[in-house]
Amino acid sequence: MKGYRFNRPWEGYAFLAPWITGFLCFTVIPMILSLYFSFTYYDIMTPPKWIGLKNYVDIFRDPRFYKSLRVTATYVVLGVPFQLTFALILAVVLKKDIPGVRVYRAIYYLPSLFGGSVAVAILWRQLFNKEGAINKILALIGIEGMNWIATPSTALYTLILLAIWQFGSPMVIFLGGLKQISQDYYEAAEIDGCGKIKTFFYITLPLLTPMVFFNVVMTIINAFQAFTPSYIISGGTGAPVDSTLFYTLYLYIKGFRHFSMGYASALAWILLVIIAGITATMFLIGKYWVYYDE
Amino acid sequence: MFHLIIILCGLIMLYPLLWMLSSSFKPDVEIFQSASFIPKKFTINNYIYGWKGVSGVSFGKFFLNSLFIASISIIANIISCSMAAYAFAKLDFKFKNLFFSIMMITLMLPFHVRLIPQYIVFNKIGWVNTYLPLTVPKFFAVEGFFIFMLVQFMRTISNELLEAPRIDGCGTFSIYINFIMPLSMPALVTVAIFTFIWTWNDFFSQMIYISAPKKFTVSLALRMFVDATGTSSWGALFAMSCLSLLPLLLIFIFFQRYLIEGIMTGSIKG
Repeated sequence: MKGYRFNRPWEGYAFLAPWITGFLCFTVIPMILSLYFSFTYYDIMTPPKWIGLKNYVDIFRDPRFYKSLRVTATYVVLGVPFQLTFALILAVVLKKDIPGVRVYRAIYYLPSLFGGSVAVAILWRQLFNKEGAINKILALIGIEGMNWIATPSTALYTLILLAIWQFGSPMVIFLGGLKQISQDYYEAAEIDGCGKIKTFFYITLPLLTPMVFFNVVMTIINAFQAFTPSYIISGGTGAPVDSTLFYTLYLYIKGFRHFSMGYASALAWILLVIIAGITATMFLIGKYWVYYDE
Repeated sequence: MFHLIIILCGLIMLYPLLWMLSSSFKPDVEIFQSASFIPKKFTINNYIYGWKGVSGVSFGKFFLNSLFIASISIIANIISCSMAAYAFAKLDFKFKNLFFSIMMITLMLPFHVRLIPQYIVFNKIGWVNTYLPLTVPKFFAVEGFFIFMLVQFMRTISNELLEAPRIDGCGTFSIYINFIMPLSMPALVTVAIFTFIWTWNDFFSQMIYISAPKKFTVSLALRMFVDATGTSSWGALFAMSCLSLLPLLLIFIFFQRYLIEGIMTGSIKG
């Protein structure tokens, strides 16, 4: 990285000062404290009491911890691939300069814009109710619906559907990537008589792997931290019978309802290790399939 | 044929939102009778009733609260993130690359590891139930994504362009104010838009820090509305939900280009 190199050395630090202060006050110190709290019993009222590894031992014996991990993993494993597949398909379809394409892109992007809001979570809760609009539509084709939100075996899938519905922002990233692919490749492919499907798999997809990689990493990291929909739809409890107990929701319940700050800190560190582990693994695997056109 | 399929799929995508919009104009009894869009009996009572709000505080107040937090956050993010980005993109100092790498790593940290100690500290210094925890950190460039985005943009400003005023005797700070900031305007608009959207949609941190209904944001008020009224006034709830999405829709309509470009810079040029 080259600057224009005319400044006095301290000036760089002067401009970086807010960031450095923020990094120390809102990242480094909290992380050190958080690690310390994770080895204590702390209910905010009384001073933290050192208990060593007890929180971690308890967590690994806690059935709700495993449940929340399973719920989150299901959400990631089912949500992310569908979301990205739809994003990719729509990006390829909406890449062309056809009339009205900007409006179409806008329509498919809109759910991403609204998706994280409380309003949409409330809407979802209503759509999949016993009396909700989904069941009204199913009734038209003669299927008797049920209360999807209140049934343990289906509640999580409504949340996964909500995540998939928001494929608009990875779609935009794919669109950007597709636009960067040089037209020459496609002309060459056409001369060689490649069909559309072949062109996609031999040219588009390999050249798009950096965007695929970026989307996979970011979508997984974000999915692990999902909170608002599960909180609103389950009324803050992870109901029915913990079937929508997301990891972050469990952390919230432990920390801010039971005031087990030590326990919640330990949960946060386990989440950090999981996310770091997955990110690192993906970067390692990424070396073998991500293609950079240098 | 192609257009027909795209439009049909688009309508399926938008169905939930359209259904909410139409329900907000239906009397409560009608909402659950059919999945149809057109209200049999059109009413704006839901909006009148809903606007009265919860716990004696009107939705007007909630909107102002959300707007206030968003405005402060926008100003704070623009100032602090552009300063850091200027240092990374255009200034020269020791350990610059190390600092930049650290900044990139913080982008991937789950905020939950910082959440609990931050809450405890803010609680100790009496900031809980004020807007300070939601706004003050933004003055310290805590949103790494924006720094990254601005760095990407500022790198495209040519060094020659900045060296000319330097020769004329302009200082580093003066170049930041008179050249970097105006030239970065498109990127700064993008920062403002994203800050607005994220603050507007935020729920977790607002819920943790704010407990007095008078200080509630739109997100908190909507949730309170669900709890307070149960299922008795879905119409009013949908009416307020629609209103809460309106600012996002307007931003999208007016600033679509910046929004889309912002999402793309987050990935491509990296």
